[in-house]
Order: sequence, then C-alpha cells, then structure tokens
Amino acid sequence: MAGPGPRISPGDVEHVARLARLDLSAAEKERMRTELDGILAYIDKLRALDTRDVPPTSHAVPVTNVMREDEERPSLPQEEMLANAPDRHRDLFRVPKIIEE
Amino acid sequence: MAGLASLTAHELGARYRDGTATPTQAVTECLARIEALDPQVRAFLTVTGEDARRRAALADARFRAGTPYGPLDGVPMAVKDLLCTRGIRTTCGSKILEGFVPPYDATVVARLFAAGAVLLGKLNMDEFAMGSSTENSGFFTTCNPWDLARVPGGSSGGASAVVAADMAPLTLGTDTGGSIRQPAAFSGVVGLKPTYGRVSRYGAIAFASSLDQIGPFARDAEDAALMLGTIAGADPMDSTAIDVPVPDYRATLGQGIDRLRLGVPAEYFTDGMDPEVEQAVRAAIATLEKLGARTEPVSMPHTEYGLAAYYVIAPAEASSNLARYDGVKYGLRATGARDLIDMYSKTRAAGFGNEVKRRVMLGTYVLSAGYYDAYYGQAQKVRTLVRRDFDRAFEKVDLLVAPTTPGVAFKMGEKADPLQMYLNDIFTVPVSLAGLPGVSIPGGFTQAGLPIGLQLIGRAFDEATLLRAAHAYQSVTDWHTRRPALQTGTADRTPR
Amino acid sequence: MSEHETIVGLEVHAQLATRTKMFCGCGAVFGAPPNTRTCPVCQGMPGSLPVINRRAVEFGIMTALALGCGINQHNRFARKHYYYPDMPKNYQISQYEEPLAEHGRLVIDTGPGPREIGIQRVHLEEDVGKLVHEGALETAQSSSVDFNRAGVPLMEIVSKPDLRSPDEAAAYLKTLRAIVVFLGVCDGNMEEGSLRCDANISLRPRGQAEYGTKVEIKNMNSFRNVRDALEYEIRRQTRALDTGERIVQETRLWDPDRAVTVSMRSKEFAHDYRYFPEPDLPPLDVQPAWVEEIRGRLPELPDARRTRFRQAYGLSSYEADLLTQGRGLADYFEAATQGGGKPKAVANWVLNELLRELPGDDDRAVATCPIPPANLAALLALIDDGTISGKIAKDVFEKMYRTGDTAQAIVSREGLTQVADEGALGSAVDRVLTEHVKVVEDFRAGKKAALGFLVGQVMKATQGKANPALVNRLLIEKLPKG
Repeated sequence: MAGPGPRISPGDVEHVARLARLDLSAAEKERMRTELDGILAYIDKLRALDTRDVPPTSHAVPVTNVMREDEERPSLPQEEMLANAPDRHRDLFRVPKIIEE
Repeated sequence: MAGLASLTAHELGARYRDGTATPTQAVTECLARIEALDPQVRAFLTVTGEDARRRAALADARFRAGTPYGPLDGVPMAVKDLLCTRGIRTTCGSKILEGFVPPYDATVVARLFAAGAVLLGKLNMDEFAMGSSTENSGFFTTCNPWDLARVPGGSSGGASAVVAADMAPLTLGTDTGGSIRQPAAFSGVVGLKPTYGRVSRYGAIAFASSLDQIGPFARDAEDAALMLGTIAGADPMDSTAIDVPVPDYRATLGQGIDRLRLGVPAEYFTDGMDPEVEQAVRAAIATLEKLGARTEPVSMPHTEYGLAAYYVIAPAEASSNLARYDGVKYGLRATGARDLIDMYSKTRAAGFGNEVKRRVMLGTYVLSAGYYDAYYGQAQKVRTLVRRDFDRAFEKVDLLVAPTTPGVAFKMGEKADPLQMYLNDIFTVPVSLAGLPGVSIPGGFTQAGLPIGLQLIGRAFDEATLLRAAHAYQSVTDWHTRRPALQTGTADRTPR
Repeated sequence: MSEHETIVGLEVHAQLATRTKMFCGCGAVFGAPPNTRTCPVCQGMPGSLPVINRRAVEFGIMTALALGCGINQHNRFARKHYYYPDMPKNYQISQYEEPLAEHGRLVIDTGPGPREIGIQRVHLEEDVGKLVHEGALETAQSSSVDFNRAGVPLMEIVSKPDLRSPDEAAAYLKTLRAIVVFLGVCDGNMEEGSLRCDANISLRPRGQAEYGTKVEIKNMNSFRNVRDALEYEIRRQTRALDTGERIVQETRLWDPDRAVTVSMRSKEFAHDYRYFPEPDLPPLDVQPAWVEEIRGRLPELPDARRTRFRQAYGLSSYEADLLTQGRGLADYFEAATQGGGKPKAVANWVLNELLRELPGDDDRAVATCPIPPANLAALLALIDDGTISGKIAKDVFEKMYRTGDTAQAIVSREGLTQVADEGALGSAVDRVLTEHVKVVEDFRAGKKAALGFLVGQVMKATQGKANPALVNRLLIEKLPKG
C-alpha cells in the first residue's frame, strides 16, 4: 500500500450505515466519510505501540462470578410496560412489515 | 429568607436542624431562581416544581417531628437527564427519546429520594453524553453562567451550570471521558468522577458501559462527600457496582494533607495548553505543598495514546448501547416508512444528532468484521498500558495533581471540528480508561474571569483522599466561593 | 447406495427450567398474557443492566458434564448484534469466544451399535421475544411483539458435523432430549418450543475430505420433522448435484404441510454480528470445587438407568426404554418396586393401566398421579396373595385413581374380596353345571371352549369375585370326563 491513502471508502460508509441502520443522505455520507477518515487517522497512532504481550482490558472491574439467585422479582404491570409504545396494538408492540434482507 | 439558594447542602442541613430555615423555604427560593435565571442559562430540560414542593413539604414535617432522614433531607438537587426518573420524562438530551417516561427510578435517584432529597428537575446535556460543550443537546445549548456566550462544558453542562448559578447546591452528572470534570472546570464548581464500580449505573442511560460513572457537582468538597456517601455502594441490579464498603467521606475531610505524596505527571503539561491554566495549576501545586504535601514528578508515558484508545472503545460500546433506539418500544418513530428496516433507518436518522451519528458509525466500523483486532482489540490493550502507567505512579505517590483541561470555557460554535472538540478531553480520558477516581475543583480564574479547574486523581476506591485534599485546598483558597454575576432579567441567548 | 455422503450437524436450543429469566427476576413462564412478564431489563429499556442467574449457569454445567464436555473455567458473555423487533436491545447477550463448555460427546445407537457424536460446545444466552403476524410473515403488513419470552435462559448445544443420516439426527435429538429432561434442566417440550432444533446439512462425494456447501434447516419441531426434513434435503441436494447445479449456502424452512424445505434468505452474506465481550457482566471463573459439587449431585443418566432397569429388574429393552423416557416415570416405577411390587408386574401396570389414565408421560403429568407408588405396590400384593382377581384389580385401580383411596380400603368397602372358599365356590360351580346342561354336553363331546364359557358363568354368578384358577380346577374336577 503506497502512502497513507483514505482509510475509509464511500463503500465502507454505505456498508457501515446499513449495519447501523442509519439513513444518511449522499451529502451526509460524504461528510461522514471525511470526518471519520480524520478521526481514524488520529486513532492510527495506536498502531505505533507494541502490544504483543499486553492483555486487553475487557472488563474495567477486577471481579468475577457476579450472579444472583433464581428468585422471582415482580414484573412491571403490563400498562406501564406498554405506556411508551409508539404503536400499540392491543397488548403488543406493533411494527411495520418485516422484509428479510 | 433570602440567600438560602447560595448555601451549601451541609449549611442548609444545619439551618434545617436548628429551625432557622425549612426545606420549603429553600426549595421555593431555588425554584424562583430557576424561573428568573434559567431563561438565560438554559440548564433545565424539565422542571419538576410540583413534585419538588410536595417533597419539600414532607421534609418539613419530618424536621418538625424531629425525625429527619439524614444530612440530605430536604436538600434541593437536580439530575442530568441521563438518569431515569419514574413518571418524569427522561430524554438523555436526544430527540429520539422525546416523550419517553421511564417506569422506574435509577438506583442513585432512588437513594437520593430515600435520603429525603428534593428533585428540582432534569438537566440539559450533550445528546447521549457525547460531547464536551452541551452544544450537542438535541434541544438547545446551555450557557456558562460566567459568560453566557460560552459553553459550560459537557456533557453534563446543565448539571455544572445549575450549581455555578446557585439554582441548587447539588446536582448529579455522569462522566465517561471527562463529562463531570471538564464542565466542573469550565463552570468553576467541584465535580467528582468516582472509581468505576463505586456507584451503581442501574437506570443511567448507557453511553460506554465500561467507562460511565455517576458523580456529584457541588460547591465544596464537603457537599461532594455528602452526595457521594449517599449514592455510592453495591447494587444487586448492577453487576459492575463492586461490593466495597463505603467509608464516611465527611469524617476524614479535615485530616489535612501533611506528608501526602503528590505526583505531578509531566505529560499533563503540554505545549498547546493555555498558559493561564498552566500557571494556575502550578500555583495550586505550590499551595498544596504549603499545606504539607510533598510533590514529585511522575511519568505517564502512554498519556498521549489515551485519547485515541478512548475514541475507539467509547464509540464501539456506544454503537452497541444505542442499537436499541429504533422506534419499536419507546421514543420517536419516524412516519411514512415502507417497512421495518426503513422505519429503523429513518427513525435513527431523524432522532440522532450529528455527533451521535458520527460515533455510532465509528463504533460500528471498529467492531465490524475484519477491523476488530486492529482497532478495538488494540485499543483494549492500550487501555491496559494506560492503566499500568497509573499503577506505577501510585507505587510512589498517593495522589496525582494536574490540570483538568488544556483550556478554559470556549465560545459557542468555536470548536466546529469534531477532533478539535475531542482534544478537550486529553487530561480526563486516561483516568476514565484506568477506572480511577478524579475530581476537578476550582483552582483559579483567567484574567478574563473564566474559571480554571484543578484535577486530583486518586487510587481506586480512594475518594476519601481526593476529598480530603480538595477540602484542605479549599480551606486556604476562596476560588470555590466566587459566584458569577448573573443578572435576573431578560435574556437573548441564541440556542444552538 | 448414493455416491454422496451426508454430513449433518445439529444446533439445539434448550429453554432452561429456571424459575426466572437469564438476566432478570421476571418469571420464566409459558402462557401468560402478553407483556405481563417483563421489566426494564428484559425489555431493554434505557438504563437497564443484566445480572446473571446462578441456576442457569448450574444447569449449563450439569448438562456439559452429562455430555462429557470440558468446562471452561474462564468463560464470559458477549454481545451478538442484529436488528429485529423481537430483540429488545438489538443485541443478544450470548457467549462467543469463551463458551461455558466444549468438546464433549453423545452416544447414539440406530441399530448397528453405539456411535459417538461429538459435541462442539455448550453455551448460555437469552431468548428473544415472540413475533406474531397476521397470516404469513411474507404477506403481513405489520407484526406485533410480545416480550414475555425475551430473556428466558437458553442453552445452546452444538454438535460436531458427525451425524451421517436423518435417522442418526433423530436419534441424537431423542437422546439429547432425554438427557436434559432427566437432568431436570429443560422440560423437552418441542411443540411448545422449549427444545428447538436447527440442522446444518451438506453432501460430499464419498471419499472427499472437503465438506460440501452447507444449508441450514429450521422449523423442525418434532423428531419426525427432523427426519423428514433432512430426508427431503438429501433428495433435493442430490438432485441438484446430479444436474450440475450449485448448492446455495442459505437458510431453508421446513414446511411440514407441503413436506418441502423453502428458501428463507441467502446466507451467502453472513450476518456481521460484531461480537465483543459484554462489558456489563464480569467474567465467570467456574471453580473446580463447584463443578465437582455439581457432578456429585448429577442424577443417574438415562442410558445408565435403562441398563440398570434391564439388568437389575429383568425388564425388556422395550420396557426399560419406555420407563426411562422421563425421570418422573422412572422414579415412580422404582418407588413402587421398592414398596414391594414385583418389577415385571409393576412395569406392566405402569406402562398400561397408569399411562392410560395419566394426561401424559412427562414429569408434569406423573406428578399429578393420585396413586402413590406404594399404593400401587399394595394393590399388586392383593392380587399376588389371592385377595382379588386380576380383573377385579383393574376396577379397583380405576377407583383408586378417581378417589385416591388405597386398594384395601376400596376392596373392603365394596366387598370385592375374591372368593376362594372351596365350599362356597363348589356350590356355585354345581349350580352353573345344573343350569347349562347343554354346554356340559358340548364339553364332554370335546369342545374345550365350553370350559371357558362355564368359567365365565361362575364368575358372573359370583360378581367376578371368584378366584379364576380355583374355578377352573373345580370345574375340571366336577365335569364329567368325556
């Protein structure tokens, strides 16, 4: 690879927008591409570090085995759980037609 | 009873106990100040006046009966709109949650209510806590009470402004990469980010799960100690809130810092920083030395990589945490969608602001197939290196002292470039990555009268030492007692 | 003999029979009104956080041990991202790189002898909500979601691609089901969806090492469906390969009405699940002491129990097999034998009379049985000692089932004691012989069946209480020899 070319292509932006379920206009996609490119360039400085023998920090707290007993707690009333529904159909959350991708 | 709104919570508590003031009087005054000043400051998204008066009346009765709950009973406070409050709309600063009314209280809110605290309202913030100025709020920008043309900092801008403007003595904010400490610095108040795992995150709308922490804004160390002591502690609803005993933070406040070992990290005094900030911080170090502390230089060689690692990890976790905002169960749903996927995409496009979209895209990208190891995997390892820097430093010293931010409150609209905005966080982010506690306390003012923040960083779960040092500093300085000259009256602040 | 070899792997999801969900305290029940068993956590509300259910982990460990897997001491949860309305958070908390257990085996026998099928991994995750559509998914204008099921603990068991036929696949599923039901970790109900099975099937030319393109098959909710769907797939793929068509890597749904698999979506572009370790859940560090404690509590597994039933009780394979389908029935049988019943007789009564009365053969049904095992044993003892006849005993059994009374109480109350008094019976026999002169003549003429008729008449005359063997003997004594 010759020189530091753009790190993120318009195709990448399309793909990621689809993965993230974000409807972006063509102008937004282009602006996003430039901005992300700049940020990724900044982030690239991480590559300079030799981390071969360094374990990742996947969990911020040094604890394990945090579990609870299998005891029931009261569920919230149906009305409260449905109260924020944008489209409520009887006792269910309704959504538009599902098309398999 | 004028002047109650400018008292600290501990002072108010004393007045309640000796009968020279009542919670209703204090709350009434705060609400009046909010009404008079908030049109200019714009800190509140929701004011819960009726609820506040009701809670105040109940507190009155407890004091009359001689059975108050404790030091926070009847004390007015407000919380960042990132914290769920049952029956009270909670937006997280975002249009995508407009109208969302949680059916439950965040644990910290429940603890405050159980202590008798009185909620005045929900506070403005950068959308989903992503930002350093509150300019990313989906609704409007909060103004810095010290200069209404400037930002109060972010993402907890509303929470810092309320305390700075004497609208309440205590507020709760959240800090992921600096979102309590930086606005505290910009607004001239105390802002404390506890150790990761010190305070329950249940009910705090998640931004970056391995970094988010809830903490107090206050006028002084004692109030911060009071608030922290009430909200801290394990919670069966949060697996990451560790079961470590909560000390009585107030009891050790006055012990002084004689022979306390202070580290001064070389990498936190960078070329580009505001010389006035550097000067104030160096002066503060000298003050701490006069109080008996011994300073020595320490080196944290991975500091400059902290921000880069943060801007991989935080957006990655955020992209995951924000996946749920899709118009199905709560919040905004876009109309006119052809089908489900269209509905998802249009809802999220309409509901999220630009910064959120940017971070969701960035986060999705770094987690996507083929990029995980190079970005996320690598950032997690760099996080370990940053943590080790702190571990090594704390072998020699008990506290680190540094600036909170490289500059002071900037003008609205000044930092248009996202990367420029991110650079605000260079001194706060490494502490977040390491999961350590940090506090920003007022450490001076610029010539132009803008607050400068001093940051103290401690060992894990050693907030007591942080607060003790802050208290000692505040016993010989008066930065924290100064107030902005806000006039009540008409305002013409332009929203974002 | 086909020139292609069939390769099948099965992915089974078992809903764990815990009281509460995987990450919250909502009751994990079936059949409640929609959205009444939910809370901020399982509905993925803003600010909610998961907390691991210890019993679910325990059930996972039990299953892993029964399958001979190695438990990964360090294991953790991960987020698996995809958008779907039944996913409250649009990610599922599952396990990815560090699952609970790996590398076990399950032994099946479809006739030619036992064969070991490899188990790749066992891991824990949360179930999703339920989607309902008006009509078919493809034509519905909208769908609706019930989140009651969201968050119920699931255990995913993935086999290695070691199965070589639809029969083997069905046998694997049957054996696996028996194990999880036996352990009490899952109720094994495929119709209700507490045990689900997906298959991956590919064909390859015999002798080739490389695998062919695999196709995922879903919606097989019984052993029969699994067998039929895989048989269909083999035919479909064989036909395709024979005509030079390429097999598409995809997901297909079994349609039991039309008996075909139907293409659902192309898996050529696999989902990018963007897995990363779940930051809200600290990792698990499963202590060896805990594992050993669980191992010590494991009940006898179906295979071992079946063998013991054959050897210790002298039962046939058929009987042993049926009795060990569920722990409830097996426990009942053993308790009755321990209560004094002879094993073969108990087995006979349990498998015929009892199963006829019970609403089902599963643990739930057996638990509703109004006849305690000891009482069944006592009934059989009454037959043995001649107090009642076998025929009367069946009536008594029915009454025991309806009233819960003991056999003795019923027999006494209704005077059902078998008549074994030779004198009394002798009179009855004499009367019958007098009344049926023609039949006696038939007997003397050589019609052996006439004896049966006469026995029946004596039984009738004594309201069934006569001891049949005694009646038989008396008749033969008294009948004129021909």
